[in-house]
Amino acid sequence: MDDGVNIAARVGSRKNITLWLGAVLVGVPLLAGLVSFVWTPYALSDMVGGRLETPGWAHWAGTDRLGRDILTQLMVGARVALVVGCGAVAIGAAIGVMCGILAAFATRFADDALAAFFDILIAFPTLLIAMLVVATRQEASLGTAILALGIGLAPIVGRITRILTKQVLGQDYIVAARVCGTSWPAIVLWHIVPNILPFLGVNLALQFGLAVMAEASLSYLGLGAPPPNASWGQMLQEAQGTVYSAPWGAVLPGLALFALVIGVNLLADGLRDRVSSQRGEA
Amino acid sequence: MDEILRVRDLRLATVDKVLVEGLSFTLSRGERFGLIGESGSGKSLTSLAITGLLPDAIRASGQITLAGEEVVGAPERRLVGLRGNAVATVFQEPLTALDPLMPLGRQIAQPVRRRLLRQGLPATRPDITREVHTLMDQVRLPDPDRLMRAYPHQVSGGQRQRVAIAMALACQPKLLIADEPTTALDVTTQAEIVTLLRSLVTDLGISLLFISHDLAVVGQVAERVMVMRDGHMIEAGPADTVLTRPRDSYTQSLVAAAARFDAALEGDA
Ligand SMILES: Nc1ncnc2c1ncn2[C@@H]1O[C@H](COP(=O)(O)OP(=O)(O)OP(=O)(O)O)[C@@H](O)[C@H]1O
Ligand SMILES: [Mg+2]
Repeated sequence: MDDGVNIAARVGSRKNITLWLGAVLVGVPLLAGLVSFVWTPYALSDMVGGRLETPGWAHWAGTDRLGRDILTQLMVGARVALVVGCGAVAIGAAIGVMCGILAAFATRFADDALAAFFDILIAFPTLLIAMLVVATRQEASLGTAILALGIGLAPIVGRITRILTKQVLGQDYIVAARVCGTSWPAIVLWHIVPNILPFLGVNLALQFGLAVMAEASLSYLGLGAPPPNASWGQMLQEAQGTVYSAPWGAVLPGLALFALVIGVNLLADGLRDRVSSQRGEA
Repeated sequence: MDEILRVRDLRLATVDKVLVEGLSFTLSRGERFGLIGESGSGKSLTSLAITGLLPDAIRASGQITLAGEEVVGAPERRLVGLRGNAVATVFQEPLTALDPLMPLGRQIAQPVRRRLLRQGLPATRPDITREVHTLMDQVRLPDPDRLMRAYPHQVSGGQRQRVAIAMALACQPKLLIADEPTTALDVTTQAEIVTLLRSLVTDLGISLLFISHDLAVVGQVAERVMVMRDGHMIEAGPADTVLTRPRDSYTQSLVAAAARFDAALEGDA
């Protein structure tokens, strides 16, 4: 048994590169975000340098047009991106997974109705749904943005959960579990959730990327977290006027956003490969 | 002798097709009964009907009385109580009948735990582990400590089927259904599993409904057999009579074909 696993691991060493690259791309902003709680090079909204200074010793990533330190903003932005991504995915998954499993178990009619409902909601861009939710609130806040994005993601998660659950429900081991008296709740908990998780996880990573991007877009439009929350989207928006004279102000948050989204996807892919080699599908 | 299972005038049909019709048979406690039929004759559907697990598209009518309770038309709540308690099934393909992501030990432990609770016995972790070990011993699984932690794809086909049998026995059912439990296995392993099943049901005093298209295998296990074709009963009776002096022409052709197959095998050797 151990030999089998080792061989699978060696064959999968290329897949491990995916996993490691993903871990690094996610790990760096995660670390930066965590460190930003206790330490940043400068205070977030203080004008600590000249305007639009090029990256150098005093300001590793330069300063923006108000003379604020960009590295500090990037670090706080990493925190915001991760909180928004995780929060939105958590809300979207909580609603989506529940509705998806319910739909898979529902009567034919209710299932069709729920499936159609998911499809209609998915036809609206996540960003649009999020903007509508934000519009119902008095003022923009980080919490509102997270809630809005979570609600926007829920139907996407719901649809994929429904399909995955139906696939698992058709498997022999579900009949085998039922035939020895396992109740439906136990089957959902012990067989369905673990077996849809590897595939759902990859999809949730995708949604995480979507949420982070959407938050950046909301901030860019001024509907995201208000200052002093530096979000990467807000930085992009503020750097808009100085793209030619001081490109680092726009390039760096853009790169950070890109790296995080790619990283989460690579990480999820790598983890799924791990699980499927455990399943013996290596 | 009292009955564990009575099937009367069972009819299984989809909206546009009758799949099983007019099927009647009974099984007494401790009896080993063989259900023979070619592929598509409705054997698996009959076994699913007994456990109340027919696909939604198929409707059952007639009567199935299992351990004194009516199965046809019973609500799911009642059926969950019957499954495991009165009946358990071992399926044809042990690889797909086990959850690929759950260690084998836990797959056996779950029905053990449910049964201990049902019987009002203590169900702490050591109690359950002890029972799992006993079961693995009963089905002659080697190296239980290692196998408990292994996943289905990490053990052999024969060992997987032994795990599936252990899961079924963990429920301590009154009736064990084995739906072609040896078809997916090689000949040597087949013989081992058949011997194991036979000695287990004899030792535990439970009834066995053994489903197969292989006359030789059924002959080794069953005391009484029924031959099915296209959802109908063709012939039923004591195994040695039906399998050596069949009255019906279809059974005769099956027996003759099996004999020719055996002869060909021996000619090869
Ligand atoms: N869900 C279903 N809907 C419609 N027809 C079905 C369904 N499941 C099985 N059948 C049909 O019912 C008939 C009997 O199937 P069953 O699985 O009971 O055969 P079997 O005797 O077990 O054969 P095998 O030896 O191949 O396992 C087949 O003709 C099959 O096509
Ligand atoms: Mg079958």
